[in-house]
Amino acid sequence: MNGSLTPQASLSADDNIKRFAPVSRPLSPLQPHTLFHNKTRCFVYGLQTRAVQGMLDFDFICKRKTPSVAGIIYTFGGQYVSKMYWGTSETLLPVYQSTEKAMAKHSDVDHVVNFASSRSVYTSTMELMEFPQVKSIAIIAEGVPERRAREILHVAKKKGITIIGPATVGGIKPGAFKIGNTGGMMDNIVASKLYRKGSVAYVSKSGGMSNELNNIVSQNTDGVYEGVAIGGDRYPGTTFIDHMLRFQADPECKILLLLGEVGGVEEYRVIEAVKQGIITKPIVAWAIGTVAGMLTTEVQFGHAGSMANSELETANMKNKSMREAGIFVPDTFEELPGVLAQIYQKMIKSGQIKPAAEPAVPKIPMDYNWAQELGLIRKPAAFISTISDDRGQELLYAGIPITDVFKENVGIGGVMSLLWFRRRLPDYAGKFLEMVLMLTADHGPAVSGAMNTIITTRAGKDLISALVSGLLTIGSRFGGALDGAAEEFTKAYDKGMSPRDFVDTMRKENKLIPGIGHRVKSRNNPDLRVTLVKEYCQKNFPSTKLLDYAIAVETVTTSKKDNLILNVDGCIAVCFVDLLRNCGAFSAEEAEDYLGNGVLNGLFVLGRSIGLIAHFLDQKRLRTGLYRHPWDDITYLLPELGKGGAPGAEGRVEVNVQ
Amino acid sequence: MSAKSILEADGKAILNYHLTRAPLIKPTPLPPPSTHNPPAKLASIKFEAGDDINGVLDAAEAQFPFLLAPGAKFVAKPDQLIKRRGKSGLLKLNATWPEAKEWVAARANKAQKVEHVEGHLRTFLVEPFVPHPQETEYYININSVREGDWILFYHEGGIDVGDVDAKAEKMLIPVDLSQFPSNEELAAGLLRQVPKGLHNVLVDFISRLYAVYVDSQFTYLEINPLVVIPNADATSAQVHYLDLAAKLDQTAEFECGAKWAVARSPAALGMPVGAPKDGKVSIDAGPPIDFPAPFGREMSKEEAYVAEMDAKTGASLKLTILNSQGRIWTLVAGGGASVVYADAIASAGFASELANYGEYSGAPTETQTFHYARTVFDLMLRAPQHPDGKVLFIGGGIANFTNVASTFKGVIRALRDVAPLLVEHNVHIWVRRAGPNYQEGLKNIKAVGKELGLTMKVFGPEMHVSGIVPLALVPGKWNESIKEFEG
Repeated sequence: MNGSLTPQASLSADDNIKRFAPVSRPLSPLQPHTLFHNKTRCFVYGLQTRAVQGMLDFDFICKRKTPSVAGIIYTFGGQYVSKMYWGTSETLLPVYQSTEKAMAKHSDVDHVVNFASSRSVYTSTMELMEFPQVKSIAIIAEGVPERRAREILHVAKKKGITIIGPATVGGIKPGAFKIGNTGGMMDNIVASKLYRKGSVAYVSKSGGMSNELNNIVSQNTDGVYEGVAIGGDRYPGTTFIDHMLRFQADPECKILLLLGEVGGVEEYRVIEAVKQGIITKPIVAWAIGTVAGMLTTEVQFGHAGSMANSELETANMKNKSMREAGIFVPDTFEELPGVLAQIYQKMIKSGQIKPAAEPAVPKIPMDYNWAQELGLIRKPAAFISTISDDRGQELLYAGIPITDVFKENVGIGGVMSLLWFRRRLPDYAGKFLEMVLMLTADHGPAVSGAMNTIITTRAGKDLISALVSGLLTIGSRFGGALDGAAEEFTKAYDKGMSPRDFVDTMRKENKLIPGIGHRVKSRNNPDLRVTLVKEYCQKNFPSTKLLDYAIAVETVTTSKKDNLILNVDGCIAVCFVDLLRNCGAFSAEEAEDYLGNGVLNGLFVLGRSIGLIAHFLDQKRLRTGLYRHPWDDITYLLPELGKGGAPGAEGRVEVNVQ
Repeated sequence: MSAKSILEADGKAILNYHLTRAPLIKPTPLPPPSTHNPPAKLASIKFEAGDDINGVLDAAEAQFPFLLAPGAKFVAKPDQLIKRRGKSGLLKLNATWPEAKEWVAARANKAQKVEHVEGHLRTFLVEPFVPHPQETEYYININSVREGDWILFYHEGGIDVGDVDAKAEKMLIPVDLSQFPSNEELAAGLLRQVPKGLHNVLVDFISRLYAVYVDSQFTYLEINPLVVIPNADATSAQVHYLDLAAKLDQTAEFECGAKWAVARSPAALGMPVGAPKDGKVSIDAGPPIDFPAPFGREMSKEEAYVAEMDAKTGASLKLTILNSQGRIWTLVAGGGASVVYADAIASAGFASELANYGEYSGAPTETQTFHYARTVFDLMLRAPQHPDGKVLFIGGGIANFTNVASTFKGVIRALRDVAPLLVEHNVHIWVRRAGPNYQEGLKNIKAVGKELGLTMKVFGPEMHVSGIVPLALVPGKWNESIKEFEG
């Protein structure tokens, strides 16, 4: 593998990877009755990693030398290898985007498990049948149109390809090969001893009932030799007779078991074969759906094909005809295990069956997920989230279902309080948060954030790049006044400094007071945004101590200069502190924590994103071109290289101020 | 899933629209038609319980202007998959619109017994009456089998056609359409008893009919009578399909849905074109095809509820009420197992007492299982108490991947909800289930049974899948030596 690996499949040094060499020589040709054996190699069509893992686990407990899956065909591509377990170690399975490549790479593959959907299975199966190495295909999809299913089986018949399905789980050959999800979890496989072969071969319609048959056979005989579920559709690719004839021809198979069903006439072909002496091995059989005739209304049972269109297709007639042909048919399905056991015991006595020595029950490591579901193991989590949960039926914000969020109409402010503070805040608080977002949304194109966004947009970049380039300017100088104001005012207030002391101290330290001062607005020409916030908070907040303090500070500063008013940043900042401290939802420590973590900056970033996106859209709408700053707006002052200067100091910039 | 019957009106609309449009498999003896068929005259009139019947009929007049053509005569009949309507007196022939209207009004929303089944008449078809002599009636049927499609043709038609299987001319059209028979072969195979002069017309019609059958993925199509009225010199003829029964392959919806819809669009039915009344946007040019329930099998509220749940999830949830007063109820996991349970109950002699058929499978969530189980329990406990008590089978096969313990949680929640009633109705509960983590699931349900004082027996995979049925129902089968699940 010298292809690039996707991150998902990337390897680390301590990975325990088992690699399998390709076959060195072609396998000897198979007997015509052998569909699967313990060297069968297949492709799985579709990225069905759970099914593939199940197959590999089965191979492992059957002590196969190589995995039965040679590779995965996944036309949607993207991944080159898939990492799988081989027992407790791991192995890499190639993932091919084209069937042709897969076939060329693995000439030993002769079976495909096709997991394509009912919509695409026709095309993919037709394509697979183009390759002469393919001898059999299992079609898993349910709901394949009947005409397409018939076309598939028609072509397959012409080419001598065995189709199992559609609408099936597949089949299993104990100790050798398992199709896809047949048998279900490893627990079932081990419980029914499917890791070694027995003497009873069965064919059934229903995949679900095949688990039951595995169970019955393993409890009453030496186990399953092979089992096939032909699928519940009206036109399965192969029917009972195809597999019964194989089982008849296979000397290792001693007893045949047939589970038929109401609907269709395929059981009669088995009866014919028995009557003509083609099938001579003992057959135990039952057709399910005997109830159909006894109900007053027509009921469509689970399978598409399970509807009797004539007397012949009823389960009762099938059971009767099979019995008359000499097939062992119990009186009810519940008595089938007894009949099977009787025949088995007879064949043991007559020496026709010699049960093999029972091998040790193999162990298979339990999957982590399953062990966790059963509550057998635990492990510390790498991540913790306490604000939202998407795993259940409904998305939760701080424990509140999303439908309730809408029912109670909490607004953006309410959602912010749930996700930022993990609690419902009073309605006035949510409104306040929304007010802040509205006020900070934009401040014209000339501020540095908007400028950056505009320039980036004009360079042809996408929305996210343009937005981020604007956001990245936010810091202590641009937009940072909120955090600074909150910090300075709170500190002074908490220390008990009088407003005048505060202003004096700041002056002595040569510091500007963040949140104070405006370029044009003044006491006589007040900033209406500040008025809005002030009035809202005074009206709705339980307490506005810090705001009152800031207004007192403003009185001091404006007495020095008319435009040193409490600006919108300062006002929002102190009101926000008032909210955190006094709304009753936060303890004093929590309030300090949130402020310390920069939640005010968060408010500004969120609000301003609205404006930055607006600038992006505006520039796009105007189709503005790449921006280039005019030369005459830049002063160029360069070092005069090559004009002397001490060695090593040529690069020094000489600034000549004229 | 699978082959489903459609309304006669829909079948005729599909034929009318596609006969000239479906791609022919081989050229027919007649030149290709220069125009398509005019819009079909099919007034499909549907009533719901409680509807104002005259109001619906008046609305139909506005919707289908051809009903008001002066002097026109009509046929009126219910369109609900009822066979042999003529014999049940459910056919009004040669009627003026006011007569047809009166006839429909007298029957709409009324209960009607047809053979053994009773149901309500809700859907009617009114279409132009075609007067014709008896000898112009024929019979044609196309049906699908594994090897191909059979075409059956008989030179007589009508309700007294008799056993067509035995006497009709038959031809098998292979699945591989490159082997479609020639015009001569078709005529020789099917039309031996038909006057020569009609051969070209009929070969053309049969070829087109079969083309539609293939192209729109029918699985069954019967026209009886097919009326072929020759022109004066018997060189060509008009073809009418008077009575039609058809099934479409529901699984082919993704290939044919658009074709099924466009044939039934307002334009194709000659309806005044305007915005749809409900303002709904449908995905195709016409309404999605409707697969009506068989006559007399209207869904109950509970069945509809389960069907709705089923449609919303990847899991499978099915419920059919067979006899709401029955004393044997089933809550079975798995399609195969559910049939086996019904079989076992019937063969124990309790078919008439079997209350429901249904299954849940495909890993439903705990909540879905709970709602499903609650629905079944509610139905069971709504029926009056029975002196012998009731029997509830909580059964199922060996699950593939479903965590049995977690689906059983849903069942247990439902049991808790109705526990006092279960005791009051003397419900005997028999449990059998296996598969991943069944030990935990069975242990839990057993503990709950004990806690709530329910009569309950619990078994795992050592018990045959439906082995609990004879034990519960056949006297003498149960004995104390049979071992329950121990936990």
